[in-house]
Formats: sequence, C-alpha cells, structure tokens
Amino acid sequence: MSIHTCLFLAFFKIGLFSFGGGYAMLPLIEKEIVTNHHWLTLSQFIDVVAISQVTPGPIAINAATFVGYKTAGILGSIVATLGVVTPSLLIVLTLALLFTKYNSLPSVKAAFKGIRPAVVALIAAAIWNIIPSSLELVSSWAIALASYFVIRRLSWNPVITLFAAAALGVIIYS
Amino acid sequence: MNKVNPDVEYHFKANLAPVSKPTPSGLFLSFLTIGAFTFGGGYAMLPLIQKTIVEKSPWLRQEEFVDVITIAQSSPGPIAVNIAIVTGYKLGGVRGALASVFGAVLPSFVILLIVATFFFGVQDNRFVRGALTGMRPAIVSLMTIAGCNIGRKTVRTKQALVLSLLALFLVIGIKLHPIIVILAGACAGILFNSRLDSHSRNRSPESWGDN
Repeated sequence: MSIHTCLFLAFFKIGLFSFGGGYAMLPLIEKEIVTNHHWLTLSQFIDVVAISQVTPGPIAINAATFVGYKTAGILGSIVATLGVVTPSLLIVLTLALLFTKYNSLPSVKAAFKGIRPAVVALIAAAIWNIIPSSLELVSSWAIALASYFVIRRLSWNPVITLFAAAALGVIIYS
Repeated sequence: MNKVNPDVEYHFKANLAPVSKPTPSGLFLSFLTIGAFTFGGGYAMLPLIQKTIVEKSPWLRQEEFVDVITIAQSSPGPIAVNIAIVTGYKLGGVRGALASVFGAVLPSFVILLIVATFFFGVQDNRFVRGALTGMRPAIVSLMTIAGCNIGRKTVRTKQALVLSLLALFLVIGIKLHPIIVILAGACAGILFNSRLDSHSRNRSPESWGDN
C-alpha cells in the first residue's frame, strides 16, 4: 500500500470514529499516528497538539496537515486532510437528509449513552499516555498546576495560557 | 433539543426575521473567516460561527442553528467541519456544503503547512525546545480541564460511571484500540438503554459539554 493510501485510510479512520470533536479526537489520533504507524514520536505528537492549540482551526485538521506533510510532503498533507473530512461529509450529509427521522430514533440515543462515557475514558487514557513525556521535572508539574489554576480560577484564555507556558519554558529550559 | 450555551437560547426568540440565501462563494468566505480566527477547535468555535451565520448574515434562524449543532454533535469528526457541512448543505445544497467545508479547512491547512515546513528545521533550536517543553505540561492541564468538563456533563448516572471505568480499563489495562472501545460503548448503550429509552422518548439527549 502506498504511503498516500495509508495516510488517507489512517485519517479516514480518525474522522470516522472520533465523536465529540476537539480533545475527544486526540486518543484516536495518537493511537494511529504514534502507536500504529510511528509517523510521529510521542513528544512530537504533544508538540503538534501544542501547535494546534496556538494556531486556528480544528485539531484533527491541524494534525492531518502536519503529519501528512512530514510523511509525504504537500501531497501527503492534502491526502491526510481529505481523509479526515471525507467521513464527516458522507455522514453529516446523510444525517442532514434524514434529520427529522434520525433525531427521534431511540437506538441512536441509547448508543450515545454508551459512547459518551467511553469518550470520557478515552480522554483520560490520552492524558495518562502523555504524562510521562510531559511531566518529567518538578518545574513541569509547577507549570501544569499553574496553567490549571489560571484557566480554572482566573478564567485565562487557553491560547494565552499556552503562550505564557511557552515563555516560561524559554526562560527555564533554554 | 440539545442544550447549547446560554447565548444561543437567549437569542432564540429575538431572531425570527426571514433568512436570506448565500451563494457558495459567500459561504466559502464566511467559513474561511471562521476557520482563520478560531483557536482551540471544537466548541471554542461555536460563538464565532453563531455570530457569522446567524447574527451578521441572517442565513439561519436560531432554531435552525440549534439543529445544525445537534447534527454536528451526533456525527463523528471535527465539530467545526461538521457544522460547516450541515450549514452549507442547508443553504446551498452539496455545492454549498463543499464550499463551506473547503473554507473552514483552508486556513488551518495553510498555516500548519507553513509551521510543518519550518518545524523540523527548528525543532532542535534551544529556544523552540524550551518553549515546547514549557507548553507540554500546560497541554496536560488543558486536556484535564476539557476531560473534566465533558465528564461532568456526561458521567451523571451510575451506569455512565460504570461504563466509563470499564472503558478506561479496556483502553489502559488491556490496550484495546479506541475504535473498539467506542463501538463497545455504543453496543452497551443500546443494550442497557433501549427499553428505558422508549419510556422517555421526549427527553432531550445530553450534550457533549462546552469543550
């Protein structure tokens, strides 16, 4: 299988099976591009998440463009991005056509009662996976706690928080 | 109908004016703006999307926007992409959907392409390394906050808690693929809730949360 087919399929899978958007997509992205295909190391994956957070647009699109470019150049990034978007196009258009019927289907609602708790667990697992490479030092724990505090208690914007963490990082680690 | 943020409900009654129809290029430009100015993805994009397609250009009524969000939430994939597709389709058919999704994705694509071109050249620069090392712990906090927000809105019953813990065990303990865990969750949901759900058909489904 060519690298382009491989990229398309991996990101098609990511687009097809990640419910909830945003961070809820990270566990699957990590599984596919770090564990299964080794396109990025775990630290590079976290770097991509950080970059996605300070650049506009959906995380999955950012990750697809970045990983696609890294593995197969510009064509790779186009193929990977198309891969993420295609399942959405197919499914959302179908749902938009069937919306009135679909919305009241009891089995769909019932399925979501199981999917949502599973997604919460997947996010927890993703956090668990990135902790070893993110919180190696005492100072990293301090940055983590400080970010948590300023977002939760002082309602800082996450983008500003990340820029502040980057500035701290430059001062402490370089 | 799904719970959405309070602003959406607040505008619900006020916005009953007739809506106008955009052209595919109008849709493209609107979603290009949305794609270029929303950081963080997911639900962080909702307020700007609402402002652009409901308030600034009266293309959708508030109630239609709520429908759009419901469909976007029930489908897999990035929320912003899903919203672009439904909105585009509602307003301009398949051409509208394609124009919108192209607009929503383009800024992110171009910017990340630029970042990726430079990243591998500068990733060993000590200042870049320092900045990224500083951002990693903050990402852990951001994900924890997002996870807690979703968890608080989602894991509200004993059943949901048990399913969550079970899923956690499957994915961390025996390292099952996330897709299998999602499918298992869907099956468990149908198994445990299909009878219960026929009694409460009128109750609204829970939303994903804010983030």
